[in-house]
Amino acid sequence: MKVELRSIHKYFGPVHANNNISLTILPGTIQGIVGENGAGKSTLMKILSGFIQADEGEILLDDQVITIHSPSDALKRGIGMLHQDPLDFPPMKVIDNLLIGQEGGLFPNKRKVAADIKKLANQFGFSIDTEAYVEGLTVGERQQLEIIRLLWMGARILILDEPTTGISASQKEKLFETLTRLASEGMIVIFVSHKLEEIETLCHRAAVFRGGLLVGEAIQPYHTDDLVRLMFGKPMELGSRLGCHSEENVVEIHNLEIEDPRLHIRDVDLDVKAGEVIGLAGMEGSGQRLFLRALGGLLATTGRTKLLVKGHDLTHEPYSSYLKTGVAYVPADRMEEGLIPGLTLKEHFILTGDTKKLFIDQEESLHRTKVKISEFNIKGRPDSYVEELSGGNQQRALLALLNEPLSLVLLEHPSRGLDLESTIWLWEKLKERCKTGTAVIFISSDLEQILHYSDRILVFFGGKVSKPMLAAETNVDQLGQLIGGKGFVN
Amino acid sequence: MEFNLILVGLAGVIAAATPIVFATIGETITEKAGVTNLSVNGTIILSAMTGFAVATSTDNLWLGFLAGAFVGALVAAIVAFSSITLKQSQVAVGFVLTLMCRDLAYFLGNPFMGLSGPRVPPAFEIPLLSKIPILGTLFFNQDILVYLSFLLIIFANIYVYKTRPGLSLQGIGERPASAYIRGTNVNKMRYIYTILGGALVGVAGPMYSLSVKAGWKGTISGLDGIGWIVLAIVIFGGWNPLRGSLGAYLFAFLQWLGLVLQTSLPGIPSQVLQVAPFPLMILTLLLVNIGNAEWVDRTIMGLPENVRPAISRLLRSMKTNPPSSLGVPFENE
Ligand SMILES: Nc1ncnc2c1ncn2[C@@H]1O[C@H](COP(=O)(O)OP(=O)(O)OP(=O)(O)O)[C@@H](O)[C@H]1O
Ligand SMILES: [Mg+2]
Repeated sequence: MKVELRSIHKYFGPVHANNNISLTILPGTIQGIVGENGAGKSTLMKILSGFIQADEGEILLDDQVITIHSPSDALKRGIGMLHQDPLDFPPMKVIDNLLIGQEGGLFPNKRKVAADIKKLANQFGFSIDTEAYVEGLTVGERQQLEIIRLLWMGARILILDEPTTGISASQKEKLFETLTRLASEGMIVIFVSHKLEEIETLCHRAAVFRGGLLVGEAIQPYHTDDLVRLMFGKPMELGSRLGCHSEENVVEIHNLEIEDPRLHIRDVDLDVKAGEVIGLAGMEGSGQRLFLRALGGLLATTGRTKLLVKGHDLTHEPYSSYLKTGVAYVPADRMEEGLIPGLTLKEHFILTGDTKKLFIDQEESLHRTKVKISEFNIKGRPDSYVEELSGGNQQRALLALLNEPLSLVLLEHPSRGLDLESTIWLWEKLKERCKTGTAVIFISSDLEQILHYSDRILVFFGGKVSKPMLAAETNVDQLGQLIGGKGFVN
Repeated sequence: MEFNLILVGLAGVIAAATPIVFATIGETITEKAGVTNLSVNGTIILSAMTGFAVATSTDNLWLGFLAGAFVGALVAAIVAFSSITLKQSQVAVGFVLTLMCRDLAYFLGNPFMGLSGPRVPPAFEIPLLSKIPILGTLFFNQDILVYLSFLLIIFANIYVYKTRPGLSLQGIGERPASAYIRGTNVNKMRYIYTILGGALVGVAGPMYSLSVKAGWKGTISGLDGIGWIVLAIVIFGGWNPLRGSLGAYLFAFLQWLGLVLQTSLPGIPSQVLQVAPFPLMILTLLLVNIGNAEWVDRTIMGLPENVRPAISRLLRSMKTNPPSSLGVPFENE
């Protein structure tokens, strides 16, 4: 099957999200799509998968002009989209998830469907338990399930919008293997990502988007610098580590103990200096998130834990005491925990602003919002609803909402969904904070980033925590070994 | 002898619970689709009056039930239109409707006050089944409405959990966006289930005025408040038709208990015993749902190893979650 997009235009009010996009993709191709935050990548994918309709332009499948009315219409024509947050039904069983939307009689033949799915999953080396509940699966497993469902429903063109952000390294490897195999069988895979090394290893071709335009295409072998220049109009370089020289302790952790139904973390001792950056590495679910949440006052600690921030004993204190002492938490799930859908940017700034006043000072908040928007370079207006912002701009908004001054910033996957420029910019912002004595602790699945920006690194494995390592004295290989569980005592 | 009396009393409980079963299943279906129809209390009263009025005027029992269902469907259609199409608050609309329907019933029902109308034919035994000891007396010597309610419970459970459209119904209440990409017309289905659920609630009205509490007595018909209990039963029944029906039986049982105790405990004012089922019901339902509370989870963590798994399994099986998108309007981009 061949896809052709001809002169696609899409407007959101004043925003020209897709400006005259033309792209042809041949069967058997893995087509990469890259570009800065807000460039219009997701918009084009939504048009192709029937979620929204183009204002102008044509879509051709095998040289036939078609109109796609809805996502299910797209799937009937063989176009399936894997959403970043898989669109499934978490409280329901896997088998029921598959049956919803499948056509057939009143009483579905569950046994046959389960057998078909198992057979299909086996071909790709996935193990799918059709009787499990979806909410008990990891994001990676839910993705596998959704891919299998799309193939089972007859998809020949698979669209993936930033699929690798929430999954483990081994799941990613599996995913890439699967995609390569699908392409070799003549299917089309369209792969949107911010990670250039992923594009380089996986994709046969790459299209670069900027400001709603398709500004260029590249084919293997790629030159990373050329891609970066196409994306941002200039070369980019990662900023350097700030380096912490302070002796003052901002955070003191003694005998930290956390109990969770699955993991038991105990006896962690750590002093964090003013302005220090600490990276937490480990496979998803190894305890690093529990650790971070405990430091943010979002999770109760047990045992003889003692937790001091700026000399204040915060052990067993409520979350509000943490806020008062200047501890801020930036969650990974931006729309669920960080921002409030249905409120505008300005309203978010009102909420986090001066809470002593009873009435809202509209003038002042509008002004403050505008200042923050330009300072943090958010592509949006004060009256934009947060859910309309592109992923990267939501992250910028979250950072702009942090109060100052802060003693400790805790971040889950700070650069998730950010383009290269925004990642560099994010760290510049964090480094500014560090200079004023704020300590930063962050989780990332990107080892390069951890090595690049941290002063010290902790590795988590099954609830065990390594001794702090100096980032300057370690390397990706050593970290990789530890993450896999090699080298942990007892 | 004593035992037989109790058995007959319990059979009466099952009959008295029948309208509540219908209303609970109706509202459960509506809420499973993601819409809260808060007008249940008013709907039951208005459809009781209308059903009685129609049945009396036409001297046709079944037209009375049809009229009740129609009233329920109409009120539900208003809720659906204002919440799904106009995107207004379901709570506000439902609340206003519930008050309006009640007062409308009292006002329009005046000419029918105290008239004697038709009644649902009395209980009859089902051959063979009614001869089963205990169960026969309880379940198989009832009137036609009770038998219909048994069928409804069975049918609703099979429909929701075993059929393809039933799975879609769960889907549109859980995550309408996911249902949409699978080709479901979310808003159309929400209309259908809201109106269908409303019709079932509407049938509960004539069940009172033509059978359980036959006749129309205006403000002293004793129907005010039942709809609110229905809403509570739906929630605590975990949006499961079978569990909801058990809740309905429990409530009718508590009411019956109040009546029985009244004769044996003359010291307690009768009002107390009449009102007691309401708070008692809420309390029972809260206990049943204790597994939902986080502090319970934490307490369980502290229990000795050997009892922990059994207790946590028990609590997990009782845990309920509302349809995730209950009350949230759906718009595809
Ligand atoms: N529903 C919407 N309403 C208004 N504006 C929108 C809407 N969806 C997208 N936009 C705007 O269109 C532009 C393109 O957004 P899009 O989501 O396609 O970007 P993207 O390339 O996927 O970015 P990212 O890498 O951050 O995900 C952005 O400026 C965004 O704010
Ligand atoms: Mg995007």
